[in-house]
Amino acid sequence: MRVSLLALDPLLEGPLLWTPLIIVVIKVLAIFVIGLVATMFMVWYERKVVSGMQNRIGPNKTGPFGILQTLADGIKSFFKEDLLPTRADRVVFRLAPFLAFVPAFLIWSVIPLGGDFSTNSDGTVNDGTVVWFGEVTYVQLADPPIGILLVLALSSIAVYGIMLAGWSSGSKYPLLGSVRASAQMISYEAALGLSLAAVLLSSGTLSTIGIVQTQNSFVDWNFISTGIVPFVIFIIAVTAELNRPPFDLVEAEQELVGGYNTEYSGIRFALFFLSEFMSVVTMSAVMVTLFLGGPQPLTIAGVDIFAFLGALGGTVWFVLKLFLFLYMFVWFRATLPRLRYDQLMDLGWKVLIPISFGWFLLLAALREFSPDGDALDSTRVVLISLAVAGVATALFATALRVSARNRQQSDQNGVTT
Amino acid sequence: MTDATFLEYVVFFAAAVMILGGAIGVVIFKSPVHAALGLVLTLFGVAVQFVALEAHFLAAVQVIVYAGAIVVLFLFVIMLLGVDESIDLSIEPIPIQRPLAAVMGVGLIGLIAAAVVRSRDALVINPGTGLDVAGENAGHDANIQQLAANLYGDHVFAFELTSVLLIVAVVGTVLLTRKWSKADSDASAERVDS
Repeated sequence: MRVSLLALDPLLEGPLLWTPLIIVVIKVLAIFVIGLVATMFMVWYERKVVSGMQNRIGPNKTGPFGILQTLADGIKSFFKEDLLPTRADRVVFRLAPFLAFVPAFLIWSVIPLGGDFSTNSDGTVNDGTVVWFGEVTYVQLADPPIGILLVLALSSIAVYGIMLAGWSSGSKYPLLGSVRASAQMISYEAALGLSLAAVLLSSGTLSTIGIVQTQNSFVDWNFISTGIVPFVIFIIAVTAELNRPPFDLVEAEQELVGGYNTEYSGIRFALFFLSEFMSVVTMSAVMVTLFLGGPQPLTIAGVDIFAFLGALGGTVWFVLKLFLFLYMFVWFRATLPRLRYDQLMDLGWKVLIPISFGWFLLLAALREFSPDGDALDSTRVVLISLAVAGVATALFATALRVSARNRQQSDQNGVTT
Repeated sequence: MTDATFLEYVVFFAAAVMILGGAIGVVIFKSPVHAALGLVLTLFGVAVQFVALEAHFLAAVQVIVYAGAIVVLFLFVIMLLGVDESIDLSIEPIPIQRPLAAVMGVGLIGLIAAAVVRSRDALVINPGTGLDVAGENAGHDANIQQLAANLYGDHVFAFELTSVLLIVAVVGTVLLTRKWSKADSDASAERVDS
């Protein structure tokens, strides 16, 4: 069963069948094309929306509405000279763009892009399989047992690309940018993981298919069933993880020339650029999967308005929800001013991590002591949790005050810490 | 496993080459950054072996924690301190450590070889059986469920004690790295005297 779901016998133990093989090849190609096209689109979309918000016109010469501008820019970057700085570390300098690009791409493989998740008459939820050429398969490249952890693993590998790019350039501004970037990404990964844990607690599985399956009605969508807090924290943490505004001090032009990719040019720069925008799209897709039910339809009075599209309906819903987040990221960029470095670290360590951790504990307590959502039990759990949280916050605040006072004292004594 | 397929051998040897290549790289590369990257290669190879043994969760944790956090921290320190430029590796602070390392290495190889030879006749363990994961029939989350039952059920005290140890280590590090002001250090010196 598992073997047929993966659409290919990975160990070649059985006879090699052509249909599953072709399906896998088609899926890989489709993911590759979708990834690149979505990224190209995202670059254009961001430029167009930002220019709209700033009363400008934006790209409008190449193709209808300037939509081919990114393609033109991409082709141009192929023909540009590829510079290698004298002081650069040759091997690592060439390796870094790929270390940034490949993880961004691979996240696509665990995102359910569509499929049939409708509820059957007996209350069971379909597992998103569709039948292609007589084979049962997911609308997703792979369904590894670690599921969503693959996204975490890949996003932690993506740090290497940025870090090594800055270091191998052999120049100080890229180094500063990359140190900022990696510190920021590591700091916010904790908040990201903790709010992800809240989702896993609510869905009870690591598999992305399973997570989508458990969100089969609007109130079951994880951003509601976990209480809005993990969703908000996840959005903030992802924005920081992607080094997007208002957390883009990695690429603060006024301070760092251009950040970790200052010394890159030509196609290598294009790879960094591509991976940044692809990460925006993939992380939006991850958020759709985790919090907004992936390809699950938003039914109004039990009616799915895209039901007439059949199996494609899920994909349409997925794309619609994806746009919500893409627009949000652009909106952030157009409206929010950049944070200072100490504000960024304060927000990550002193606000987001404690809140997401406390919320996770609250959800766990609710699950343990009020498993069937009984009102009295739940109230009791919430009250006790609030009391505990109050004590914890008071202790935390005291610790912060004491350390602030100590700092002040040592400043007065002329010792810089 | 006796009935390993051809592809299992391919995966095993590819990962083994990754592990050994990375490990040799860690030792022979001159630049500390390259050595750290060799370490990453080794960790990835080990993760691949874990996946081949059906220990998927362990593989994920290996990549997230070791490759994603610990080696990144190594690189951080190397970059911030600029070790790669200022330190001449040919100068030996403790002269005996290289011969000692050689002896230890040979001893370790001997031990591992002895263990392998002895365990050849032992029971064949199928992948994942140590954790009760019954191959294809088990659900997707069998790995973490088994681990959770083990960690938070059978070994909960060991787990909690480990976390206490980590807290103590963190507090100790903070105390050691803190710069005491003049007044503070005088006061603490008096406390030590009395």
